[in-house]
Amino acid sequence: MTFAQAFLEALESISGNKLRSGLTVLGIVIGVAAVIAMLAVGRGAEQSITGSISGIGTNLLFVFRGSPDNSVRNTRPITLADADAISDPFVAPSVESVAPLLQANREISYEGERTTVEVNGVTPAYFPLRNYELTEGEFITEEHLLGRSSVVLIGPEAADKLFGRHDGITGETIRIDGQPFRILGVLASKGGGAFGSEDNRVIIPFTTAQTRLIRRSTRDQVDMLLIQAISADAVPLAAQEVSQILRQRHRTEIGADDFTVFTQQDFLATASAITGVLTIFLGGIAAISLLVGGIGIMNIMLVSVTERTREIGLRKALGARRRDILIQFLTESSMLSLIGGIIGIFLGWLISYAVGQIAAANGTEFIPVVSADAIALATIFSAAVGLFFGIYPANRAANLEPVEALRYE
Amino acid sequence: MTHVIEARDLRKIYKMGEVEVEALRGVSFEIKRGEVVAIMGPSGSGKSTLMNMLGCLDRPTSGEYILDGEAVASLSDDQLADVRNRKVGFVFQSFNLLSRQTAITNVELPLRYSGNTKGRKDRAMDALKAVGLGDRMTHRPTELSGGQQQRVAIARAIVNTPAIIMADEPTGNLDSKVGREIMNLLLNLNKESGTTLIIITHDPTIAEQTQRVIRLRDGLLDGSS
Repeated sequence: MTFAQAFLEALESISGNKLRSGLTVLGIVIGVAAVIAMLAVGRGAEQSITGSISGIGTNLLFVFRGSPDNSVRNTRPITLADADAISDPFVAPSVESVAPLLQANREISYEGERTTVEVNGVTPAYFPLRNYELTEGEFITEEHLLGRSSVVLIGPEAADKLFGRHDGITGETIRIDGQPFRILGVLASKGGGAFGSEDNRVIIPFTTAQTRLIRRSTRDQVDMLLIQAISADAVPLAAQEVSQILRQRHRTEIGADDFTVFTQQDFLATASAITGVLTIFLGGIAAISLLVGGIGIMNIMLVSVTERTREIGLRKALGARRRDILIQFLTESSMLSLIGGIIGIFLGWLISYAVGQIAAANGTEFIPVVSADAIALATIFSAAVGLFFGIYPANRAANLEPVEALRYE
Repeated sequence: MTHVIEARDLRKIYKMGEVEVEALRGVSFEIKRGEVVAIMGPSGSGKSTLMNMLGCLDRPTSGEYILDGEAVASLSDDQLADVRNRKVGFVFQSFNLLSRQTAITNVELPLRYSGNTKGRKDRAMDALKAVGLGDRMTHRPTELSGGQQQRVAIARAIVNTPAIIMADEPTGNLDSKVGREIMNLLLNLNKESGTTLIIITHDPTIAEQTQRVIRLRDGLLDGSS
């Protein structure tokens, strides 16, 4: 019996019992669709997160207070003096620029509309570092910094909440914690990011924040230093230089840094490790449903073998060898699961597309990625499931004694 | 080689749990090529067991069985399948057709397992014409009468030009008129092609139409007449 014949007979047998075949296939369809969709969502999440981390800026380092594992007590805060020291091109030649940052959540209001946003106090160096752009107005300057001006740059989402629009609002006065601030400009949208929405924030001069809005216990204290290295290759070197400077200034013991230097690459590595685990986790759960689908196939094939005992006996009487019967039933089970696999790939693709649409409708830029290797994996895996769960029933059919099988009622 | 079947001291013992049942207790006979033979006997006489042996569906526990010059008593399962395919044509009481397949596909079935793909359709068509169903080739068994179904089964039995045709109560499920037609068809095929015909039956009127009757009683020959 050639493969083409086995293929045709399997097709006939499957189409001969459409409802049952359909229900059996459904198990595999759901399994494969789940695998495809989950892998796509995981992959999409990874790309979205790495994209937003890269979108923060280029060649960035972040310096926080406290040791990486929180084991050091009595940490000293990061201060403006630290920032100045790091800015010294002779001590830290790999550092391009340094931007200190204060951040806190505050309520902003305009004519009775009120909402809570993240308030950032920054220096002018911050904007090129973060690739910020404006849709109208102008950036915060050194003059604003020196004068501790009550000016504010507003993100489009925050503006929408207060004004119902985010254009033509430059010059308006909003209140942050009750204090009046004049809108200097509107930030261009950056979309949702790994650290919450980048658009739901306002930015004010560092000195203004320091003295009037975000007071910290130590004078000159900052929440974070953003540092740009002169090039991508210089990032590790810059991290070393910054650490060296801070160790000296903080007089830390060896191996007991009271600060943490994090590079963008560190973030990327951490993020892709997390999303990798997420993808494996989601894919694993989906694979279980594929396994259940496979058991469904085995179940139906066993019923089919029992039901067709006489047919198997007849085929054997007419000269079918063990192998012929084995191939017949294996072809049938693999075909069932392969059909399920193909439909499942389309369904999974559809689901991931729908997930992307839903995410987009909710304002999150998130595109699930159905990759070729996921499709290949699902196809091979589903065929293998059919083959594996078909072996037992097919073997049972092939081992039937012709005499017994013919007598079977 | 005038004998198409030579059976020597065939024995078959079934184990039913602890109990051993001796279904055949040493049966020897020959059947000449082209002969028409009936095998008769009351139920429990070992008739079915003998048919299974002769049709190569089962192996004897001991004894020798030569079919068309080939010793088949000690062949493996797959070798037996091959012998059945080439040398034995089966006609069953309940037709045993694949209900979803057309007449021609049913007739083609043995050819599928014999590996020769050339002219398969033509041979199946010839076989169907030979049983008088040239105009019913694409009908499914459900669209055919009992007699027509048995004709399809006979076409299936002769399509591979076997050495023997084993017919197990071929008229058992048919009324007497159609039964007579089927018997005549089988006898004509025997006359025209010289294929040996072995009919298992307990209908004496059918046994009368054969050249020889092998009677079985309690697993032993009851004297050939």
